[in-house]
Amino acid sequence: MAKHPTDPEIEVPSAVDLESYPDPASAASPSEAPPANRVSRRSFLSHLGAVGLAAAAPPVLVATPAPAPAVAEESITEGTISLTLKVNGQSHALRLDPRTTLLDCLRENLALPGTKKGCDHGQCGACTVHINDRRVNSCLSFAVMHSNDNITTIEGIGQPDHLHPMQAAFIEHDGYQCGYCTSGQIMSAVAVLKEKVGPTDADVKQAMYGNICRCGAYSNIVAAVQQVRQSS
Amino acid sequence: MDSFTFTRPTTVDQAVQSAAKSATAQQGAQVRFVAGGTTLIDLMKLNVERPREIVDINGLPLERIESSPTGGLVIGALARNSDVAHHPTVLRDYPVLSQALLSGASPQLRNMATTAGNLLQRTRCVYFRDTAHACNKREPGTGCSAIDGHNRMLAILGTSKDCIASNPSDQNVALTALEATIQVQGSKGKRSISIQDFYLVPGSTPNRENVLEPGEIVTSVTLPPAMAGTNSTYLKLRDRAAYEFALASTAVVMKLSGGKIQHIRVALGGVGTKPWRSFEAEEALEGQAPDRAAFVKAAEAALKDAQPASENAFKVELSRRCIVRALTMSTKSA
Repeated sequence: MAKHPTDPEIEVPSAVDLESYPDPASAASPSEAPPANRVSRRSFLSHLGAVGLAAAAPPVLVATPAPAPAVAEESITEGTISLTLKVNGQSHALRLDPRTTLLDCLRENLALPGTKKGCDHGQCGACTVHINDRRVNSCLSFAVMHSNDNITTIEGIGQPDHLHPMQAAFIEHDGYQCGYCTSGQIMSAVAVLKEKVGPTDADVKQAMYGNICRCGAYSNIVAAVQQVRQSS
Repeated sequence: MDSFTFTRPTTVDQAVQSAAKSATAQQGAQVRFVAGGTTLIDLMKLNVERPREIVDINGLPLERIESSPTGGLVIGALARNSDVAHHPTVLRDYPVLSQALLSGASPQLRNMATTAGNLLQRTRCVYFRDTAHACNKREPGTGCSAIDGHNRMLAILGTSKDCIASNPSDQNVALTALEATIQVQGSKGKRSISIQDFYLVPGSTPNRENVLEPGEIVTSVTLPPAMAGTNSTYLKLRDRAAYEFALASTAVVMKLSGGKIQHIRVALGGVGTKPWRSFEAEEALEGQAPDRAAFVKAAEAALKDAQPASENAFKVELSRRCIVRALTMSTKSA
């Protein structure tokens, strides 16, 4: 996973690593264990998930899941749908339970965790992606509804070695604190560049109100958006 | 969320056929159409909607916005709220609809939500949305937790002893003032329904919100030809300036002639169990001079039957003031 300047991997001192954050993944699949002295938040969490599914060894930090009833497993397999999703210009052949939201599909099936799950009910904007160049809430759509669409996520907007101007402006203006809403904010802000939005800060606030920032970085976000609008 | 089967028809007939086997087109429907998904998927995550089959209608050719043969405007069922709000004809001839749409939801949601989906938007009553509570709309016969509960956001007009849930839509208030008609196709053919006849007040069957039958699909909404020289306004009052449902809103379509109100339509949002056409206000205004005294009288008439619950008595006065201000704004926008 490429390291992103707005989402730096957390350096965990090895002493803390061993004592407070035992890595359950090393027991389950030693080959996938990260270097002992460096655990990222993301790899830490995803390894927890992997162990939870495999249940090969009793994980330290998660409860052992009850074995799934065979009937439920069968019905899920029965009901799955084959489809191709085009995300960031790449086509992906998938087989999905139709209940899978586009958001969960991006994060869990396509390993694109830049799109965030906030409220999961279309109220916060953290899950904003572009479908056919329009910004939408990916939490309120089933993935199977999008087999003919062009989907763009934050990973398709820019990468650490070639940031989109909006990403660079968010860094320059500190358009975040915790960073959780940031990818959604940037996806909205990039869409705003192509929408009919008036020139003032108030216009930008109006255009961005579908993205909540609980840290309250709003004034810096507006500054970042305005800088890109004025320079493009 | 319960599992469901998923189909994506390419013709309206196929969609109708799939949904016709449902026992109801209302709460509890086994088959649901999905368009934008912004209401349905939200409620499925809460287990309030539990369809066994989802029919994705996004492949149907119902997204066009075009002139009607009689000079009105036909808005396809799948036209997205953002496309309708920014459509040049809507902005020119039906600005009240554009204002209403842009006052609702967020830009992302408006890019998803459709005209017909918004018509069928469900209430935001917290007890309807929470399966731990009794709700006659969600589960008929269980009672209403809202009447003696947190009802600040709920309706004061058109309520019953079984339900006081408010209709949350802004679009539908504007469409009511514009006297839209709704085109529907079902297994028994096509029919056209005036928006005034489309919605049902809760009465003793709050689970039934409109006149749609199983299999019927909304194909378009038609606006009558715009009358030359009319002003229109949508005014929405809410707890914060953006991204919030109306506590009270008013849509006005007004035409003045010779210093008198010649044509007037008034519809209220946030206060009714359905998008609320105020014939009482219209009657009080027709033929009158457009002054404050007439507006106050109309507002009084509009709310005379209001029945507030424990927490929403403030809406009576708020709605009155909203009406007076929207009427005043409508005289000035010429």
